[in-house]
Amino acid sequence: MTSLASRLKGRSELGVAALLGAVGALVLFDAARLVVPYSQSDPVGPKALPMIVGGLLLICAVLLAVNVLRGGRGEAEAGEDVDLTHPADWKTVLPLAGAFIANILLIDWAGWVISGTVLFWGSVWALGSRHYVRDGLISLALALLTFYGFYLGLGIALPAGLLEGIL
Amino acid sequence: MDVLSSLMDGFATALTPMNLLYALIGVILGTAVGVLPGIGPAMTVALLLPVATVLEPTSAFIMFAGIYYGGMFGGSTTSILLNTPGESSSVITAIEGNLMAKAGKAAQALATAAIGSFVAGAIGTSLLVVFAPIVVQFAVSLGAPSYFAIMVLSLLAVTAVLGSSKLRGFASLGLGLAIGLVGLDFVSGQARLTFGLPLLSDGLDVVVIAVAIFAVGEALWVAAHLRRTPLQIIPVGRPWMGKQDWKRSWKPWLRGTALGFPFGALPAGGAEIPTFLSYVTEKRLSKHPEEFGKGAIEGVAGPEAANNAAAAGTLTPMLALGLPTNATAAVMLAAFTQFGIQPGPLLFQNEGPLVWALIASLFIGNFLLLLVNLPLAPVWAKLLRLPRPYLYAGILFFATLGAYSVNLQAFDLMLLLVLGALGFMMRRYGLPVLPLILGVILGPRLEKQLRQALQLSAGDVSGLWNEPIAVVVYIIVALVLLWPLAARLWRARRPRTGGLVVAGGPAVDGPAVDGPAAGPAAAPFAEAPAVEGRHVEGGPVDGSGAEAPADRGPDAGRRRADATHANHGQEKS
Repeated sequence: MTSLASRLKGRSELGVAALLGAVGALVLFDAARLVVPYSQSDPVGPKALPMIVGGLLLICAVLLAVNVLRGGRGEAEAGEDVDLTHPADWKTVLPLAGAFIANILLIDWAGWVISGTVLFWGSVWALGSRHYVRDGLISLALALLTFYGFYLGLGIALPAGLLEGIL
Repeated sequence: MDVLSSLMDGFATALTPMNLLYALIGVILGTAVGVLPGIGPAMTVALLLPVATVLEPTSAFIMFAGIYYGGMFGGSTTSILLNTPGESSSVITAIEGNLMAKAGKAAQALATAAIGSFVAGAIGTSLLVVFAPIVVQFAVSLGAPSYFAIMVLSLLAVTAVLGSSKLRGFASLGLGLAIGLVGLDFVSGQARLTFGLPLLSDGLDVVVIAVAIFAVGEALWVAAHLRRTPLQIIPVGRPWMGKQDWKRSWKPWLRGTALGFPFGALPAGGAEIPTFLSYVTEKRLSKHPEEFGKGAIEGVAGPEAANNAAAAGTLTPMLALGLPTNATAAVMLAAFTQFGIQPGPLLFQNEGPLVWALIASLFIGNFLLLLVNLPLAPVWAKLLRLPRPYLYAGILFFATLGAYSVNLQAFDLMLLLVLGALGFMMRRYGLPVLPLILGVILGPRLEKQLRQALQLSAGDVSGLWNEPIAVVVYIIVALVLLWPLAARLWRARRPRTGGLVVAGGPAVDGPAVDGPAAGPAAAPFAEAPAVEGRHVEGGPVDGSGAEAPADRGPDAGRRRADATHANHGQEKS
């Protein structure tokens, strides 16, 4: 057990294998559910590709798990602003995702101008800016600009929500 | 079809004031966004897709042409002025480019990159004009079996050749194909993977997927590892070149172009291999080899031209066959389908004016780039100082806006978040993004060709290889897949050079901080076997890359170990 625990330590990539396995199983399960009446005009049917894809995913899941347990590791992506020397900073990512979710919840009810402001302001805050007022003004300006830009320039009416009638 | 007159018609369309304006907007937008760290040309096109869909198709594609070349150019500016390259295609440019900039020759580095890009772009686009119709002529005679084979080749080549781990490439491909399955089956009308949600029955919107994977995934990933110390940006004036610089640049430009175009046109070619080959070639041919490693202008001129020529080459299979070979082309192809345009060999016939206008605007965009970018370089350099919170918050903001505006559904935003999380995970664990995107886009078309092929043969499996081209393509597929195995057997017979014991870990420990020296050295080696493989297939390369790994002992060894490791998984799947 301890050896298993020590082998699992630092092997978060097994989660990827688990995900691949889950998706593969899901695809296969969904494909098995399809009823395929034999038809002359479509000998392959809708089942064939899902079966192949599901199989591919399951094989990849198993091989990846083996690979990871043997010490293989995926290469994290580098970039201009990416500093891989420190571990993932969840204190930034989670509030960022929070701002994103707030926008999803707000957009249809409160409208884009409000939800977009919340999204940008929240994201900037999550990413470490602490100029509350300046950021708020920039957020509001961006949301308003895009609202009118899309409406007047592209003919796309983003939801006005609570501010219906004012905008 | 008279190519020249079609092209002239294309110019006539593209040169109207309105379309010229769109080209200019595309070039400026493409460069500006391309310069911004963290945003590559693929993401630029993805972010602008929703907006462009309201434009008339011709104008939209004229703008995309500008964005395409602009984004490529922007990337090279970033890699010269910053120490850390963004896209894999500008990794090589960054080596000598950044050293030149540090040595106070930033202006010359930018100038040779800009003019080299222009030369390569012009030649590359001309080659596109020559070759695309030939490929089309050949392609219209192909039936479903051949198409199926070519698509299989294109998917496998991208998955198995690019990237450091084939296993992870196939995992990514599987995920992409699975995403592509969602929706109603187009023949039987049965719902697949919709979980009873009516919103899923039309399938997932490609725009949403592209924006999620490229923009949201990237923003979240960078947020998790945001560099807190400011990057060192080298100030620059207006780019210029002295007589000596011209003399040293023009040959590398031409050689880079010659290397870049064919590789870009091949499935799984991409820009990484030719830029690397160009670098190696220039280093060998240079009269100033001692300057390499201290900022040699040839080391910027050649790879940069190769990069742009590859970008033009990529458009050949994309326009002629409907096959994307890099991420940007994949997203552009998604744009075609957004407009209800069927990509494939009939594109030139059905949408002739649009395609030729697109090609003409590639020439125009290329020229505008030169005009705009030489004087604007200092402005672009300032863009690099944009505070990061604003940059990444902005990416999320516009990603949301773009994805939402397609259908005006909050549901799409949930998909955006879920797929964005997937993109984050893929970046964290080294799953390449390109196979996924290609899987999403090519998966449904692959299935269509498969079913058509077997329909014609009334279910007989031999219907998959009853065309000679299909057989040839399957042989190439086998070569692509078996080459690493053969190479391994060959190596196993000879005394090992060491390094094979170190299983697994592709340069996880190779710190990205100490810059281009480690990065590029690592990246191309994974490709080296592929380079030789191409040669066997009658590729245009003279195998000059094959000797390259020899002079870098330990790194190459470790790379090989990894490749071996990954192959292990690949033979079985």
